[in-house]
Amino acid sequence: MSRAWILLKRETALAWGRGGGPLVSAGFYLGAATLLPLASGPEPARLAAVAPGVAWVTLALATLLGLDRLFERDFEDGALDLLTLAPLPLEFVCAVKCFGQWLATGLPLALAAPVTAIALGGSPALAPLVLVSALIGGLAFAFAGGIGAALSLGARRGGLLTAVIVLPLFTPPVIFGGGALDAFAGGLPWHAGFALLCAYTAAAVALGPIAMAAACRNALS
Amino acid sequence: MISGFEIRDLAISRGGRSLFQGLNLRLEAGQACALTGRNGSGKTSLLRAVAGLLEPTRGDITFGALDPGEARRREIHLLGHADGLKAGQSAADELNFWITWSGGTQDAMARAVDRLEIRTLLDLEVRRLSAGQKRRLALARLLAAPRALWLLDEPLSPLDGVWRTRFGEIMAEHLKTGGMIIAAIHDPLPVPALALEIAP
Repeated sequence: MSRAWILLKRETALAWGRGGGPLVSAGFYLGAATLLPLASGPEPARLAAVAPGVAWVTLALATLLGLDRLFERDFEDGALDLLTLAPLPLEFVCAVKCFGQWLATGLPLALAAPVTAIALGGSPALAPLVLVSALIGGLAFAFAGGIGAALSLGARRGGLLTAVIVLPLFTPPVIFGGGALDAFAGGLPWHAGFALLCAYTAAAVALGPIAMAAACRNALS
Repeated sequence: MISGFEIRDLAISRGGRSLFQGLNLRLEAGQACALTGRNGSGKTSLLRAVAGLLEPTRGDITFGALDPGEARRREIHLLGHADGLKAGQSAADELNFWITWSGGTQDAMARAVDRLEIRTLLDLEVRRLSAGQKRRLALARLLAAPRALWLLDEPLSPLDGVWRTRFGEIMAEHLKTGGMIIAAIHDPLPVPALALEIAP
C-alpha cells in the first residue's frame, strides 16, 4: 500500500473519531431543522426562503467540529515529527489530512444538506445544487479550516483561536454558495456564485497545504 | 545509505537562550554517540536539529554525500519522548501504519513483532499498553524499516532490565550492519559509544 493511501485511511478514521461521522452530521442538521421553526415561526413560506441558507451555514459551522484537533493531537503525541521524516512532503501530508477530514465530516454533511433544505420547505429542485455546492464548499471549509488549525498549534485555547482564524476564511464560500442557492431559488442566474465557490475551493486546496505546512514547521521548531 | 555523519560548529538557541555553541561531532558507519548533559542542556534539541525539525542558530549538519533533505526523509529514525502512537487506535493498526510509513514491509514487521514479543499486544488499544510496551511497539518501527541513523531520546527509560539488555543487543546489531546511533541518555548506553557532553 502506498504511503498516501494508508495516511488517508488513518486520517479518515481519526477524523471520524474526532467529531465526524454521519451520526454527528445528521444530529447537527436535525438540530438545525428542529430548532429553526421554533425560533423563526413555522410559516412554510418563511422557512422555504431561508432553508438553503440555513443548510449552508450549518454546513460551515458543523465543519468546525473537531477541526482544532486536526494537527493538535499529532503535535502532542509526536506523530507530526514522524510524519515529516518520510519521502512525502509535509504539504502533501497536510493536504491528505484535510481530505481525510472532509471525507469523515464534509461528505456526510453534504449528503445531509439537501435533506435538511427540503425538510425546511426548500424546493426539491434545489436539492442537486445544494448537494454539489455542499460537496465543493465542504472541501473549501476543510482546507481553509486546516490553515486555522495549523496556525493555532501549540497555543493555549487553540480551539478558540482556530475559530477566530477560520471564520473570516469561511466567509467567502458562505457568500458565494449561499448566493448561488438564493439565485437558483429565485430563478436568477446562479452560475457566477457557483463558479466563484469552485474558484475559492481550488485556491484553498492549492494554497492551503503550503500555509499549513509552514505553520506546522514553525510549531515544531 | 549514509556513509558518515558530521556536525560542525553547531549552535542552538531556544526562546532567546543559547543552549550550546561550537558543537562538533563526527560519526562513521558503525559508530554510536551517547549525548549526556543536565536536564534542559539541549540534548533533545540537538536530536531534533539533526532530524531537521529545528533550525540551528549556526553550523552545519551533513550526512556524507547524501543531500540533507533526502537523508532525513529516507535514512533517519527518530525515537523521541512521545512515540507517535494514538491512544484510541489498536496497536496493530498503529504498528502497520508507522512501519509502512517508514518504508518497512509486512514480512519485516512480522519479524520485528516476534523479536520484540508484542504479538499478544496487537489486538489491544494503545491506551491499554504500559509505557514499556508502547516503547517496544515504537521500536518495531526501527527494526522493520531499516534506516541508517537512529536518533534516540532516552530510549531505555521506560524499559525493564530484560528489555534494556535486549535493546542493547538490537543496537549492537544495527551498528554491526553499518548503522549509526545518536542517543540522548542519562544511563550508560549498552553499546560502545563516543561520549559527547552537552554544556553551555
